[in-house]
Parts: sequence; structure tokens; C-alpha cells
Amino acid sequence: MLIIGLYVFVLALFLGVEVITKVPPTLHTPLMSGANAISGITIVGALGCATTAAFSGHNIFGFLAIVLATVNCVGGFVVTDRMLRMFGGPAKGKN
Amino acid sequence: MRELIIHGSYLVGAALFIFGIKRMSRVRTALRGNQLAAIGMLLAVIGTLVALGSINYLWIIMGLVVGGGIGAVAAKKVEMTSMPEMVALFNGLGGAASFLVALSVYFAMPEMPDWIKERTLSSHPMGGATTGVALVLSLLVGGVTLTGSLIAFAKLSGKMKGAPIILPARHAINLGSFAATLVLGAIAVFGTDCGGFMTGLLMVVILALALALGVLLVIPIGGADMPVVISLLNSYSGIAASMTGFVLLGGGAASQGALMLIVCGALVGAAGIILTGLMCKAMNRSLLNVLAGGFGDTGSSGGGGKEEYGPVRSLSPEEGAMLLDGAQQVIIVPGYGLAVAQAQHAIAELDALLEKRGTSVKYAVHPVAGRMPGHMNVLLAEANIPYEKLYDMDDINGEFKNTQVAIIVGANDVVNPAAIKDPKSPIAGMPILNSHEAQNVIVIKRSLSPGYAGIKNELFEYPNASLMFMDAKAAVQGLVKELKDL
Repeated sequence: MLIIGLYVFVLALFLGVEVITKVPPTLHTPLMSGANAISGITIVGALGCATTAAFSGHNIFGFLAIVLATVNCVGGFVVTDRMLRMFGGPAKGKN
Repeated sequence: MRELIIHGSYLVGAALFIFGIKRMSRVRTALRGNQLAAIGMLLAVIGTLVALGSINYLWIIMGLVVGGGIGAVAAKKVEMTSMPEMVALFNGLGGAASFLVALSVYFAMPEMPDWIKERTLSSHPMGGATTGVALVLSLLVGGVTLTGSLIAFAKLSGKMKGAPIILPARHAINLGSFAATLVLGAIAVFGTDCGGFMTGLLMVVILALALALGVLLVIPIGGADMPVVISLLNSYSGIAASMTGFVLLGGGAASQGALMLIVCGALVGAAGIILTGLMCKAMNRSLLNVLAGGFGDTGSSGGGGKEEYGPVRSLSPEEGAMLLDGAQQVIIVPGYGLAVAQAQHAIAELDALLEKRGTSVKYAVHPVAGRMPGHMNVLLAEANIPYEKLYDMDDINGEFKNTQVAIIVGANDVVNPAAIKDPKSPIAGMPILNSHEAQNVIVIKRSLSPGYAGIKNELFEYPNASLMFMDAKAAVQGLVKELKDL
């Protein structure tokens, strides 16, 4: 499994570099905050960390992780959406 | 069937992230790209909930509701001018979530961490200590991301002064704490007689060191280098997620989603690295030079005497309006001062007025203008200035020659001709906007105080330059008023 993980990690790094390379400056901020939202993927791990009702270290850390990761995802995507709607220009406006 | 749903949603989710990021590098498709990525995230969460099956959802639902509520409200309410610190804050939370997951997995291990059992039993030839190594790295990178981002947040929001804070022997302290983290990590993972309690203690110490390191790394870096810092921390938050993915590979409730974390973390890591590289290139400085910090510190404190200005011309709004009258082309160079004064709407007004009078208005945006990558673009977009009017440095530098008036709004170092004329200047070699080539240059600046580099700007003494010593918003509003009265 570790080997598969390493393969996936390295290939995804290269894929990311290839896919992103040319970004117009207008999109630097949205790309950053959008990527930031994607880093909230850690929520997938967090969900598996609070699986009982008990008041244990496991669940407390898990709960906190879920809260923070969700803030990261939801906040990141919403804020990026807001910014990108502005780039639509006056025609689309901010509605 | 259940496996199919779980892995299907992960696979489609990952593909949506890649499509989404791809689309986010083109203006026309960016909005849809972001939505695709958000759908990908939703799929990943659904897949995980299916994978968890029948468990107690008390903590999960509470977490999702609280986090989603805070995130949505914060994102809706934030002003566009506060965007840099918002991004920094979200980023820090992502890093924190990553190391919390790692900690939680650790606390789920009964008494003795699995990787120790595996290693001592040596039943697992390759993966024995991997979970441990990944856990230590997740704590390290996640911890640095959290506190580093919080310091960046404090500096950007003005809760903390933007000036570099220089500790004596800071490089030694930083390297020392970094080395200590690695050594303690190695002891925790590979040490022969570490019991469950001992490794637990080591984990806490490692996290504490990582948190301290995040603070130490960012405090010596000045405000204007924040675009580099934010992009780098963004990259770190991705790497932290990947490392947490490696922790999850070791087993546990969410192990099926481990590859998802690894893939997405790597994508974010790559995006951050690319942006970091772009920002460094735009300042003609190496990443190491930026991270070493303290840039501009010596210049501003010691250079006062010999950096005095000769005669500079000051300009009233009325005279400024006369320069603008009848100009065929005006180029506006926005800088951080525009963000501070929140002058974007005043600029839009001036733009509309000039266009109505037959003057073409363009914007020259330096890649590191402002406090985050693309800062100026976001602000001007908020004021409904179409992005087609915003030009990159390379695209507009040839046009200043044919421009009657260049208006510099709160920018300084990025228009300092010393960068190309004086090989001994601290900013020598930094690509600049050639605004000095315009027939007239109006510099809107509150005082002659030096910019971030701490050096004087010889542009201000040029015969074609004149200064409006005013707040950016007031100055632009003044120009609008006078232009209307002409």
C-alpha cells in the first residue's frame, strides 16, 4: 500500500504542475483560495476520526478536525465563487 | 456494491478536482472549475460517509454543521480588501485539521501504536514504520502551516505590525528546532524502548516544536513578501493533507479515503509551489532569500542620511486634472496603497470619466503588487473594472512610451527605475513597470517614506514625475472632481 501511495503522490505532484503551469495573474488569488479549499480534503480523514458517541481523545480531535476542515472547504469554495463572479465583469454583476 | 459506491465517488471526486483545477487557470472557465471542485469535495464526503457505515454520527454531524456554518458566514461576509488574511486563515485551519486527524488516529491506537507492534514483529517488511514517519511529518508540516498562517493573518490584518521581527541567531534557532523535531520523530518511530506513553509525549513535543517553528519562520518576513509566504503555506497545507493520507493508509475507519488525501494534497502542493515560484521570479529573489527574512530592514533604519531626496514636484488635484485633460492614453499602476485606502471604487469612477472623455485607460499590474498573488486584480474586479483592461508587466511595459499620463496609486518599489539602472541597488534586477517612460507620471503617495525595500525611489526626482501627497482615495476623488469641473 505504501508503494502505491508514493506512486500516487509523486504522479499527482507532476500532474498538478502540468495542469496548472500557465495561470494568468487575474486568477492567482482564486486559484490559491480554490486550491486551499481542496486541501480541506483532509475532511475525508477527519470523518473517520469521530465514529462513536464517546467523549474520548480520539473523538475530540476528530470533531475539531471536522470543524476546521469544513470551515476550510466551505469557506474556501464560497469565497472563490464570490471572487470569480466578480471577474465576470459588470454584465454578470455581483448578484 | 458498497465498495463500488465508495471508490466510485472517490475516483470521480478526484477527477473533478483535476478538471476543476485545470479550468481554474482560464478566466472563462474558472467559475465552473471551482464549482466542479466543490462537487468533487461533496462526492468525497458522501463516499466517506458510506464507507463509515453504521456508526454514531453525533460528533460528525455537529462538526459538519458548526464548520459549514462558520465557513459559509465568514466567506460571505468578508470584504474583498480583507481577502489576503481570509485566505491565510482558511489555509491555517486546513493545516490544523490535517495534524488533528493524525493525532486522532494516534489516540485511537490501543496503548501502543500499531507501527511499533508491526516493527517489532517485523511482519511487514516495507510498511512497518511508515505510519509513524507520516504521522511525524503530518504534525510537522500541519503545525508549521497553522501558526505560520496565523502570523501571516495577523500581519495582513494589521493586528501585528508588518515589519520584520528579527531575533538574534534566528537561523540557528530555526535550524535547531527543525533538527530537534526530526530527531524526536526518529526516536518516537524507530526507538526500541518507547512505550505508548513515551511516544505519546514525544508526539506532543513534536507538535509544540512545529507550532513554534511556524511562528519563528514567518515573523522575520516583512509584509510585502507575504505573496510568497501565503503561496508557500498554501503548498504546505496540501503537503500536510498528503502526509495525513499516508497516516490513514496504515488502517483505521477512513483508510479507503487515504489515496484521496494523497492525490488532492499533492495537487494543492503543486499549485502552491507554482505560485511561489512565480512570485519569487517577479521579485528577482530566490525563495531562500525571501524566507531568510529581514529584507529592507537595514535600509530603512540606517540609510536615511544619504538617501535624501532632491527637489520633487508636488501636484494639486487641479493640476493633475489638467494633465489628464486631452490625454489619449492613461495607465494606472495600482499598489498596496490602493488596498489600504480602499480606493478601488474611486479608481473605477475616474476610469469611467476618462473613458467618457475619449481617453483610453489601462492598468499595469505587477505580479507582486499587494499582499497576495493577484491582490490588485481582485480589488479592481470588485469595483467592476473589466479584467481585459488589466495588463501583465510584459504586455504593457512597451506601452508607457506612448502614454501621456501614468498614475501610480500607492505603489513604490515596483516602479523604481533603480532596479534596472543601478546595479548596486538592493532591488537591482527586479523586473519593474517602466512607468518612468510615460510623458507624465503622477505619483499618489502620502509621503516620501521609502517602500518595502527601504530605499529611495529615484523616479520621484525625474523631471516628468510629480507627486500628490495624499491618501490614495482622496487623491483620486480629487482628480475626479477637478476633471468634472474642467
